[in-house]
Amino acid sequence: MAYEITVLTTMAISILFALSLNVITGFCGQVSLGHAAFYGIGAYTAALLTKSGIPLALALLPAAAAAGAVGFVVGMASLRVRDDFLAITTMGVAFLFVGFVRKQEMLGGEIGISGIPSVAFGRPGLLALSLLCTALFVLLTVHIRRSWMGFAFDSVADDEDTARILGIDVPRFKLWAFVIGTAGAGVAGGLYAHHIRFIGPDSFGFLESITALVMVIVGGIGSIWGVALVAAILSVLPLFLQFVDDYKLLLYGVLVFATVRYAPGGVAGLARTLAMRIRR
Amino acid sequence: MLLLDLGLQGLVQGAIYALIALGLTLVYGLLRILHVAHAALFTLGGYVGVIVTNGTGSLPLAILLAMVSVGVIGIGVYRFCYRPLLNRSPLVALIASIGLFIAAEEIYRLVFGPYGLSFVTPPLQTQVEVFPGVFLSHARLLVVGLSVVIIGILAWLSGSTRTGVAWRATVSDPDIAASFGINIEKVRYLNFFIGSALAALAGVMVALLNNLVEPTMGAVPAYKALAIIVLGGLGSVRGTLVASLALGVIESFGTIYIGHLLDRDAIAFAFLVLVLMVRPRGLLSRG
Repeated sequence: MAYEITVLTTMAISILFALSLNVITGFCGQVSLGHAAFYGIGAYTAALLTKSGIPLALALLPAAAAAGAVGFVVGMASLRVRDDFLAITTMGVAFLFVGFVRKQEMLGGEIGISGIPSVAFGRPGLLALSLLCTALFVLLTVHIRRSWMGFAFDSVADDEDTARILGIDVPRFKLWAFVIGTAGAGVAGGLYAHHIRFIGPDSFGFLESITALVMVIVGGIGSIWGVALVAAILSVLPLFLQFVDDYKLLLYGVLVFATVRYAPGGVAGLARTLAMRIRR
Repeated sequence: MLLLDLGLQGLVQGAIYALIALGLTLVYGLLRILHVAHAALFTLGGYVGVIVTNGTGSLPLAILLAMVSVGVIGIGVYRFCYRPLLNRSPLVALIASIGLFIAAEEIYRLVFGPYGLSFVTPPLQTQVEVFPGVFLSHARLLVVGLSVVIIGILAWLSGSTRTGVAWRATVSDPDIAASFGINIEKVRYLNFFIGSALAALAGVMVALLNNLVEPTMGAVPAYKALAIIVLGGLGSVRGTLVASLALGVIESFGTIYIGHLLDRDAIAFAFLVLVLMVRPRGLLSRG
């Protein structure tokens, strides 16, 4: 039973992490190559708080707030720089985060933070909390999709200048996308820290950012269930197949390349095409 | 003396950055693609350099072979990876490029082994006193010398030959260039050949300086070179050169003076983020 619980927790956290990037990149069309930084900020915040005795369920709020606050600042940057410049700026933020953490004694430096306390009710408790957070985030993104905000995000993603002409407050919605997405990543990070119970600068490197981006792209940019499905599969595949663990990056690289080359809609796009064929 | 020493080390590092970033700028100027996989070609150049030197004992031959073979592979990357994506959003190509880069790193790990390769007898390690009390190895001097020569040749090529004119015309407007009878595909092939050959040269140089090539040696240069061309204003050759040298020097001083706060790579990116906030279109942009 313990094994199944670990697998499910891994899945839930990955889904939350991938969906949080999906809000920024999928809904609002702002490419972020540094999403792991916010995952890391959440993880460090939550870990420091629970080590000083605060229960995780409460520590997740400051974790989300800290990640969201930095996300707000990066969002401000997205108002100033665009497209390729933005992609590289977000990448820079991720490297900045890791380089900063490495040198801070308070955050454990190179060695990281170990001995992160276990959650109330142990592993099942963490699973319940992860499932709850992920479910809430899924509901939130479904709601955003249907609301005016989702429409505004769509228009910004599609053509920023036209959106502006239509009277949509582009800066405001971009900032919202960044704050919601990064706060979600902060919660995912807090959960991750208590799942693995050890964090260090290398846990939040560039490859983690890319992993999230792989999940969003292969799942189908902007599709909630597609991204969730691919995140769930990709996160636990290495547990079942040893060779996947060894060649994880090769698999990711090939998957992403094949997706943008042959099936730009990702899994969600493929499913849609398939459904249309069957109906005919 | 410490200041002079740091400045010189920074310039050597900057020269290497320049070699890598020039190819990226060339690609960006022509196709508007952020060519992350460029660093994979850099790594490959390093491997070819070390293997050929160890096999034949001749460094010049190794450099030549690395540049030619990697240049040809660079053309292949354009032909099979980027050309089919050209009429889609540039971010699609960026993501494909990251995918390609990650896959390439893993392939190197499979083919060449995870621990890296070294020169059997590392060439050019003699130290020379360039200023009283300041020493540089022959390898470092070679890096600077070669960079200057190659950048000079490129400037001459683009400024005063027919090929250079065709290249510049294609950069400023491909459609009109085509209507004047320029073969755009040929210009792109040449562009990728030269850019990739430069990356390979940088790979061999880094291999010389560290006496090590490993599958992941392209990872940091990949992202740093992106930072450099963004700093330089994307597509501007002059901006790229300035940004490369500036970054080399800033890193070399930064690691000494603020190294306790941020590590080397973070200093580079802190500089990037700061500059972009003040000048969103790069160091040398106007307005």
